[in-house]
Amino acid sequence: MNAPVKIETTLKDWETDQEVRWCPGCGDYAILKAVQRTLPQLGCDPANTCFISGIGCSSRFPYYMESYGFHTIHGRAPAVATGVKLANPDLDVWLVTGDGDGLSIGGNHMMHVLRRNVNMQIMLFNNEIYGLTKGQASPTSRIGTTSPSTPIGSVDRPANPCSFALGAGARFIGRGFDVSKNLPEVLKAAHAHQGAAFIEIFQNCIVYNKDVFEEFAAPKGAGDRQLWLEHGKPMLFGDPKTGFDKGIGLDRDNLALTVVDATEENWEDAGVLVHDATNRSVAHMLIEMPFGPFPMALGVIYDDPRPTFESGVAEEREKATAGKEANLAKLLGTGQTWTVDANEGHPTD
Amino acid sequence: MATQAADNSSANDQSPQPEAVVVRFAGDSGDGMQLTGGQFTLSTALAGNDLATFPDFPAEIRAPQGTLFGVSAFQINFGSRQINTAGDAPDVLVAMNPAALKVNLSSLKPGGLIIADTGEFTKRNLDKAKYDQSPLDDDSLAKWDVLAFDISALTIEAVKPFGLGNKDALRSKNMWTLGLALWMFDRPRGPVQDWLKQKFRSKPEIADANIAALNAGHAYGETAEISGPLKQLSIPAVESEPGLYRTITGAEAVSLGLVAGAQLAELPMFFGGYPITPASAILHHLARLKQFNVTTFQAEDEIAAICAAIGASYAGSLGITSSSGPGIALKGEAMGLAIMTELPLVIVNSQRGGPSTGLPTKTEQSDLYQAVFGRNGDAPMPVVSACSPGDAFEVAIEACRIAVEYMTPVMLLTDGYIANAAEPWKVPDPDTFEPFPAKFLEEKNGPDDNLLPYKRDGKGARPWIKPGTPDLMHRIGGIEKAQDTGHIDYDPENHQAMTDARVNKVLGVSVPDQTIAAGEAGGKLAVVGWGSTYGPIHQAVNRSRVKGLDVSHIHVRHIWPLPANLGDLLKSYDKVLVPEMNTGQFKTILRDQFLVDAQPLTKTSGQPFTIAELEQAIEGALS
Repeated sequence: MNAPVKIETTLKDWETDQEVRWCPGCGDYAILKAVQRTLPQLGCDPANTCFISGIGCSSRFPYYMESYGFHTIHGRAPAVATGVKLANPDLDVWLVTGDGDGLSIGGNHMMHVLRRNVNMQIMLFNNEIYGLTKGQASPTSRIGTTSPSTPIGSVDRPANPCSFALGAGARFIGRGFDVSKNLPEVLKAAHAHQGAAFIEIFQNCIVYNKDVFEEFAAPKGAGDRQLWLEHGKPMLFGDPKTGFDKGIGLDRDNLALTVVDATEENWEDAGVLVHDATNRSVAHMLIEMPFGPFPMALGVIYDDPRPTFESGVAEEREKATAGKEANLAKLLGTGQTWTVDANEGHPTD
Repeated sequence: MATQAADNSSANDQSPQPEAVVVRFAGDSGDGMQLTGGQFTLSTALAGNDLATFPDFPAEIRAPQGTLFGVSAFQINFGSRQINTAGDAPDVLVAMNPAALKVNLSSLKPGGLIIADTGEFTKRNLDKAKYDQSPLDDDSLAKWDVLAFDISALTIEAVKPFGLGNKDALRSKNMWTLGLALWMFDRPRGPVQDWLKQKFRSKPEIADANIAALNAGHAYGETAEISGPLKQLSIPAVESEPGLYRTITGAEAVSLGLVAGAQLAELPMFFGGYPITPASAILHHLARLKQFNVTTFQAEDEIAAICAAIGASYAGSLGITSSSGPGIALKGEAMGLAIMTELPLVIVNSQRGGPSTGLPTKTEQSDLYQAVFGRNGDAPMPVVSACSPGDAFEVAIEACRIAVEYMTPVMLLTDGYIANAAEPWKVPDPDTFEPFPAKFLEEKNGPDDNLLPYKRDGKGARPWIKPGTPDLMHRIGGIEKAQDTGHIDYDPENHQAMTDARVNKVLGVSVPDQTIAAGEAGGKLAVVGWGSTYGPIHQAVNRSRVKGLDVSHIHVRHIWPLPANLGDLLKSYDKVLVPEMNTGQFKTILRDQFLVDAQPLTKTSGQPFTIAELEQAIEGALS
C-alpha cells in the first residue's frame, strides 16, 4: 500500500448535499459529526475514501459523507468491502453496520472479514434494536426487551459485539458511544491500525430503545461508570472533579478483574493494572466486565496488528507469478497438444 | 479364461473398422476410472480422432466399496468422423466389478463387448451388487460378447518386481486395463507413460509399477491367444482443419474464456467463488492463472463470493463469480444489487440436477427460469449458454463483452456435462479476437460541473466510475436511483422510468441473428435446443434428414435477450419441438415471447439425451 497523501479538508468538505433522514435526536447524527470532524484531522482525501454499508439506519451513513460510498445489501457489506480492498488496496475503506446488520444477518461475513484481517475501519452502531424495521429485538437486545416481535419480553441471550470480534480474530477492538467527546480519538486509533479495526459504538435509538445506555453514557456520574483505556496508563476511573478514586486490579486467585480503591498517587501499590493494548487475555476480561459492579470499558481495548489480508494476497501473487509470463496464446495452447498438418488433415504428433 | 459368448455376431465382427466406437470404463469409485478415461481420451485425441466424453460419477468421494451406488463410469465416443455426443450405447463396457456390470449393462449395445475382471466377482462383491449368482456363470449375458479374466491377478503378477503389497499392487489395475484398451484401439502408450512419470515423479517405484501394469495389459492384448471378441481395431484419424489442437473440458474452457475476456476488456479479473460441485473446477483453474492479473478469492459463502465480486467491479476490476444451482439461488439478492447499481459482473452457473441439493454430480438444464427470472423485482439480466466444452470458451468471452459494454451482470449457463466432458479443441489465435476495452469516467459528465453517475450512453449504459478518481465522489446502492444523478428517489414516475431503462438496456443488448445449425428456414419441423443438448439434437436431426425427414435444428446461444429474428424463424415451421433436460422451461419462454406452439420433449434423469431418443421424437412429431 502506498503511503496516503494527506489532504487539507474541513468538516464542511465531508458533508453531502443530501438531506439527512435519521429521526430527530438520533445518536447517528453525533456519530456522523464525529467522523466528519475526525477525517480532516487525519488528512484523509475524500476521493480516496470509501464508506461501505449494509442495510439499516446506520447503513444510510454513506449517503451523508462526501466521499465514495456504497450502500449494499443486508449484512453483506464486509464481503463487498473485501472485494473493494482486494481490487484496490490503496482505498481507505470504512465499513458502517449495526447490531442487526453486522451480527445477525451478516454475522458470518463479520467473522470472516475480521479473521482475514482486511485493512479497514468497521464501525458497528449498537442500539440493541432493529430501528429501520420498526423496533424488533436484535441480537444485542437484553433479555426481557419488549418489542413488536417479543411482546412479553425477549428470551434469547444477547451477543457481545466486542467478544464476538475478539473471538473471530480481530486485532483491534475499540469502543465508544455516540455523543462521547472521546469518540474521534478511538476513530483515529482505528484508522492508524493496519488491519481490520472493529469499533463498537453504542448509539441511542430515541424512538425504539431510548436511553438504554444512559446508565453509563449519562454525563452525570460518568466518571464512575466509564473506564477510558489508554495504552501504558493505569486503569483508573472516578469523578474527574474529585480525582480518580478507583482502579481495575487483578484477582490472581480467580483470574478475574476486580475493582480496587486507588488514586493517581497510590495506584501501583493498590495493584491497579496498566493497560497493555496488546494483551489479548486482559482485553477479553475488559470486554466482558459486567456493567454495574464494574464500569464500562471504553476506548482502545485491544490493538495488536498482524499482516493484512491484502498484503498476504499480494505476496501470494508475487510468488505465484514469479518467472511466469502472461502470454494468452501460449496459455491457450498449453497441455497435451497436437498439430494437424495442412496437407494431410491428419495429426503429425 | 475367456468366456466365449454363444452369439458371436458382434458389432465388431460385422464392421471390422467402424467409423466410431463408444467405450465405457466402469468400476468402483476408488478404482480410478475417471483417470483411466481421461488418459484414454488424451491418447485418442493424439491419435487424431474426434471425440466426446461423459464422466458419470457418484457424489460420494469414496462410496462404500463394491456397492451399486459407488459405481463410477467414464464413457468416450471417438471416431474418424465428426463426433457430437458421448454416444448413446457403448460398444465396449469395461466392468471392474459386479456392481459396475450391473449398473451399466442395460445401456450396452446388443452384441457389444463386456470386459470383466473375474478377480472381483467374489461372493462378497456379488452380494453387494445384489447378484444371486455370478452373471459370468449363467446365460444372462448371452446377448453380448464376454471376455472375463482375472485382471486383478494379472496386475499383481505384473507389478511383483516392485515389491508392493497386494493392496497397492491392485491400485494399478486401472492402468493394466488402460493398457489393454490402448492395444485394442491401436493407441500409443507413450503419452500415458510420460504422464505417469510426471505424476509420480516423487515416487518413481509407483510410476514404474503403473507403467509395468500398463505394458502388461497392452502385451496381454498383443500376445494372448484369444479367439473371438478381442480384436484390434484401428479407427483412422478424423479429417480436421489444419492447426494446433488440444483436449479441453468445459470448466477449463470457461476459465480460459474468462481470462481472455478480461484481457480483451483490458481489466484485472477478480473471481469470487465458494466450493460447489460441479463448479469448483473453474476456481481451481483460475487460481493457477494469477500471472494474467487474476485474483481468486475463496469466500466464506456463495453470497460473499458474489458480493466480493461486485465490490471488485465497483473498484474497477471485472468481477466474476461462479456456482451451481443452489449457490446461484443464494446469490439472487446480490445479483439484484448489481442490476440496480449497474455494475459489470459475470455469473457462471454450472447447472446440476435439482431442486435443493438434488443430484450434485449429474447434469440438468433446470436453472433456466432461475437465470432469466429468478430475482426479486423486475431484474433483467442477459443470459448466454454454452453448448460444448469448446463453445464455452467463446461464450465466456461473449459474457464478459456484454457485461462491460452494457454495465450489467450477465449469466453464463453451462452444465455438469459440459463442465466435465472433454473434446478436441482447435486452439484459437488471440489476435483474431475483437477487443472491447473498458472505459472509466475521468471527469464530470454533466452540465454546470455536475457529476451524473446514472447518465446513460447510446447503449443505455451508465458510466463506470472508479473510487479513487479525483472529484467524482458519489454514492450508489440498492435503493432506487434518480435518473442521471443517482440520488435516492422514491418518486413513482422515476421508478417507472428507471425500471423501463433497465429492461430496455438489457433488451437492447446486441445479439447476433439466429442461424440454423442443420437444415433450412421453413419446413415441417424445427428442433430447438440450447446448451449441452446441442450434440445429440444435431446428430439426431442429421440422421433424420439422411432418412429424408423434413426437420431442421436451431440451436439458441443467447437466451436473453433472444435473437430478434428467432420468432419469425420459428413461425416458418409447421411444428416446433424443444428437447430440454428440464420440465420444459425454454419451451415456455418461446411460447411467451413469440406465441408459437412449441412442444416440449423433456428429460430429467440426470443423463444427457441419447440420439436414439431424439430420432424417435422427431419421427413421432412428423408422423
